[in-house]
Amino acid sequence: MSQKNREGEVLTGTTILALPFEGGVVVCADSRTSTGTYVANRVSDKLVQLSDYIYCCRSGSAADTQALTDYVHYYLSQWSLDTGRIPTVKTAAHLMRRLIYQNKDQLQAGVIVAGWDPVHGGSVYTITLGGSCLELPFATGGSGSIFIAGLLDAEFSNGMDMAEARNLAKKACSHAMCRDGSSGGVIRTVVISADGVDRDYTPGNDLPFGPVAVW
Amino acid sequence: MANKHTTRPITTGTSVVGLVYDGGVLLAADTLLSYGSMAKSFNTPRMVSIADRVLLGASGEYSDFQEIVSRVEALALAETTQSMESVYDERTLSAKSLWNYLRAVMYQKRSKMNPFWNDLVVAGFENDAPFLGVIDKLGTTLQENLVATGFGGYLAMPLLREKWRPDLSEGEARALLEDCMKVLFYRDCRASARIQLAKVTKDTCIISEPYELDHSNGWNAPSMQRAVGDLDGDGGW
Repeated sequence: MSQKNREGEVLTGTTILALPFEGGVVVCADSRTSTGTYVANRVSDKLVQLSDYIYCCRSGSAADTQALTDYVHYYLSQWSLDTGRIPTVKTAAHLMRRLIYQNKDQLQAGVIVAGWDPVHGGSVYTITLGGSCLELPFATGGSGSIFIAGLLDAEFSNGMDMAEARNLAKKACSHAMCRDGSSGGVIRTVVISADGVDRDYTPGNDLPFGPVAVW
Repeated sequence: MANKHTTRPITTGTSVVGLVYDGGVLLAADTLLSYGSMAKSFNTPRMVSIADRVLLGASGEYSDFQEIVSRVEALALAETTQSMESVYDERTLSAKSLWNYLRAVMYQKRSKMNPFWNDLVVAGFENDAPFLGVIDKLGTTLQENLVATGFGGYLAMPLLREKWRPDLSEGEARALLEDCMKVLFYRDCRASARIQLAKVTKDTCIISEPYELDHSNGWNAPSMQRAVGDLDGDGGW
């Protein structure tokens, strides 16, 4: 499968998640990029826009995921020119999957592709390290995701409204950032719906929980 | 058959930072215990006071620190009650002699290929002078006015060297240490914002309750908020 870390490689550590709500999806990520235990960038932006209504959450090697998102962004704009339509999230996800699967030996990238399209509404796809593409009711990824699996299982529900989804995403992300040493910094969220795209920034001193648990 | 304990560090603490100021020694450390990359415990003190006179702090494997503290506390008690001279004089453990004793312990363990996986910091005030020293897992010792273990060696030492003067007041020393701890919180994956300060002077040896650093000005620069991942950005970093 994927090769060992190259020495000095910059990894995104990371907590990423995508939660659908009634009418769209919210994508959310922390902002820590680490080289070993050094924080190379404490305010990274891991939410990359692939097209007007589709975003990608990056985890794994920063270089690999940046290269992949550049390609998919390029292919999607070609696709729009060829078809005259805005791309579906399914198309974006499968393009990403193909690139990761066919280069699985060289890459270390786990991504979540999420967004809105007029055909399917809001949807969330996760693409794992080996290139498996799964459509899920909600998705989490990165090293911090293991700490919030239970929290989201307990608190996620279909048919939340936008505010509820955004708040739950931030809450879950802040809990993961508290427990995972490879996640931290600020929380960035993007709400994607038929109305467009809305970015949000939560500074590191104003997190819903943490950065330190106080018991 | 000899007991071998050391394999690799499992539950660890990160940097301890310290400096000598006018009238005493100040140490700082966060209270986070890490289990690999996971934050296991948020309120674990990594500095203790021995015999109300000497501060001992450690980074590295926590179980080894607990074992060392246990041995040192027994030693301090023995010094006060059982040493030959204690029959006639009031004797307590001194910082310098503890530092030297720990050097011997660490070196012996290392020579048997079974080290205590720690960087230890010893601080005290005796003979009208402050004492601050470190011992690493190999048994290397340094006595200095400025010390920092782990990541602190890379991130805190330059700040300490820049700002340190022999006549620093306690308030200035404290501000300097808090600044170092803030940088460590930003840039060390295994650090937290919850710290303790410890002080030893001629008359006192105290460790503060854990408190959270104020980093409210660390996240509000416009360049940080900018969404570089969007289509009009550079594609994310």
